[in-house]
Amino acid sequence: MTDLSSRDLLGDRKAVIDAFARRHRFKWYEAIPWLAAIACYFLFESYHALGAQIFATILFALSLDLLIGFAGIVTLGHAAFFGVGAYAAGVMAANGWHEPLSEVLVAAIVAAGVGFASGLIVLRTAGLTLLMQTLVVAALLQELANKWSSVTGGSDGLLGMKIDPIFGLFRFDLFGDTAYVYCLAVLFIGWLIARNIVYSSFGRSLTGIRENTNRMHAIGAPVDRRKLVIYTISAALAGVSGALIAQTTALVGLNTLALSKSGELIIMLVIGGIGRLYGAFIGVPLYMIAQDRFSQIDPIYWYFWIGLFMIFVVVFARGGVLGVFERFNQRRRSR
Amino acid sequence: MAPALETKSLVKRFGALAVANDINFTLERGARHALIGPNGAGKTSFVNLVTGVLTPSSGDIHLAGESITALSRAQRVKRGLVRTFQISALFKKLTVLENVTLAIAERVGAANDLWRPAGHHRDIIEEAYDLLVPLGLADEALRPVTELAYGRQRMIEIAMALALKPKVLLLDEPAAGVPPRETGAIIETIERLPADIAVLFIEHDMELVFRVAQRITVLVQGAVLVEGTPAEIAEDPKVRQVYLGESKH
Ligand SMILES: Nc1ncnc2c1ncn2[C@@H]1O[C@H](COP(=O)(O)OP(=O)(O)OP(=O)(O)O)[C@@H](O)[C@H]1O
Ligand SMILES: [Mg+2]
Repeated sequence: MTDLSSRDLLGDRKAVIDAFARRHRFKWYEAIPWLAAIACYFLFESYHALGAQIFATILFALSLDLLIGFAGIVTLGHAAFFGVGAYAAGVMAANGWHEPLSEVLVAAIVAAGVGFASGLIVLRTAGLTLLMQTLVVAALLQELANKWSSVTGGSDGLLGMKIDPIFGLFRFDLFGDTAYVYCLAVLFIGWLIARNIVYSSFGRSLTGIRENTNRMHAIGAPVDRRKLVIYTISAALAGVSGALIAQTTALVGLNTLALSKSGELIIMLVIGGIGRLYGAFIGVPLYMIAQDRFSQIDPIYWYFWIGLFMIFVVVFARGGVLGVFERFNQRRRSR
Repeated sequence: MAPALETKSLVKRFGALAVANDINFTLERGARHALIGPNGAGKTSFVNLVTGVLTPSSGDIHLAGESITALSRAQRVKRGLVRTFQISALFKKLTVLENVTLAIAERVGAANDLWRPAGHHRDIIEEAYDLLVPLGLADEALRPVTELAYGRQRMIEIAMALALKPKVLLLDEPAAGVPPRETGAIIETIERLPADIAVLFIEHDMELVFRVAQRITVLVQGAVLVEGTPAEIAEDPKVRQVYLGESKH
């Protein structure tokens, strides 16, 4: 008798553990963004430049999702790292170093350094204080870029960047064909890194920090160190995004460090859905394509409509587009 | 051998209020020790001081003979000092299994692993599941904590602590908020704890206290009123006086 019941238990045990241990496996729908991106290359040939911007910005939003969505670190100054990455790549390209991949690498390292250093200070706080401090870091950097015009070009922006062909083969063209593929490829690598982190034990502990910081302390987690690590990684990814924008537009301005840049990014992420890894892939294209269409008609109305849409998302569509999908799915399943 | 846990002249003041007033307390190895006292006596504050949530105004805390007063919360946990919360503090949106898995991942150091999927640490998941079985939580392993009744959540609270393989376990009102017919399971779980763990439990339920405790300390207004065996405490006139006016029950 004991034999039978323990065997039953074993069967259950394996099923439960298997289900839990397989959560990180790739699901079919995770291929959709990439297939869509490839299809769009052929469908919308005159929009390759916009596409490249969208991919770079998705990477930027993805890096923010790691902080806000997974670790619960709410920041209003994420543009700091985007801007630092953009300037790092830009300054190199304008001063004799033209190889694009090494520029991206340097941008990542410099942004990570700034993320680490500022994280040491700002991550001691939480809530509104943290919000203010992240904002201050970005504002300080913007002022620094403004004053240090001999290097950054100040308010005129950094001009005269020259970028070599990728691998010495693929030249950046006027139509953005190369930029499209280049940004998509870098985004793919960035996404792989982010996805791996999210499903790792480290990533799960970040979710723990978001859900209940006190409990994480009580189970012996070095909470501050974990936050600093993800802050640094996120800063590096944001820096890469900034470098991509700098290289593909051959222009870096003070706006890369602006509060509005950080704010806009949060809006895009909220529209797509925070903390779901794919919110960036939905929110960013929606926002940027709508902006591209509407801003040609009237830039003032554009902000009005985006404002109205945000109110709608916050009131009716909690969790953004992906949140609505999830609830729809749950309802269908419970029937 | 040094006792499992010791506080020496422990003091904590919030302005004029002393929540810990010169507490000299000893928890022997393998002890089953109850800490009782009226509401607001400073019992939870004591746990917070010992575990490093609060910094003492003065005094010293020793774990197995070594001072831990200057250590961080995490460092104390790593040395085997583990607590539960009076009000359940779980990862509510996560599944029961994941709650326990997170604790084990911290204990074995896997939570610093940035690259391997958590699912590849199969030994951790198995250990977590096997811990849930004797607590009667295995059937609900894959359900989010919020979906469970509060009595069940109190069990997870204990599971989280056990997952850390404590040497000293501080249970802050483990049966608080549990409906009477479910307290039995909690009491049994506490009685079944491995004998080598030193257990300090805070409790208002006198039935539980007198059933489990070998020693009892009574705390009133941040200070130790008396300490003794259950028989001594039951007959102490000072304790009777305190509990006649202010008992919860
Ligand atoms: N952070 C704080 N700041 C100021 N006062 C505090 C703080 N934490 C606790 N107190 C006060 O310290 C006293 C002791 O509180 P504590 O929670 O330790 O009591 P307790 O014995 O656990 O009571 P209960 O049985 O109700 O759980 C209370 O008067 C409380 O208001
Ligand atoms: Mg209490």
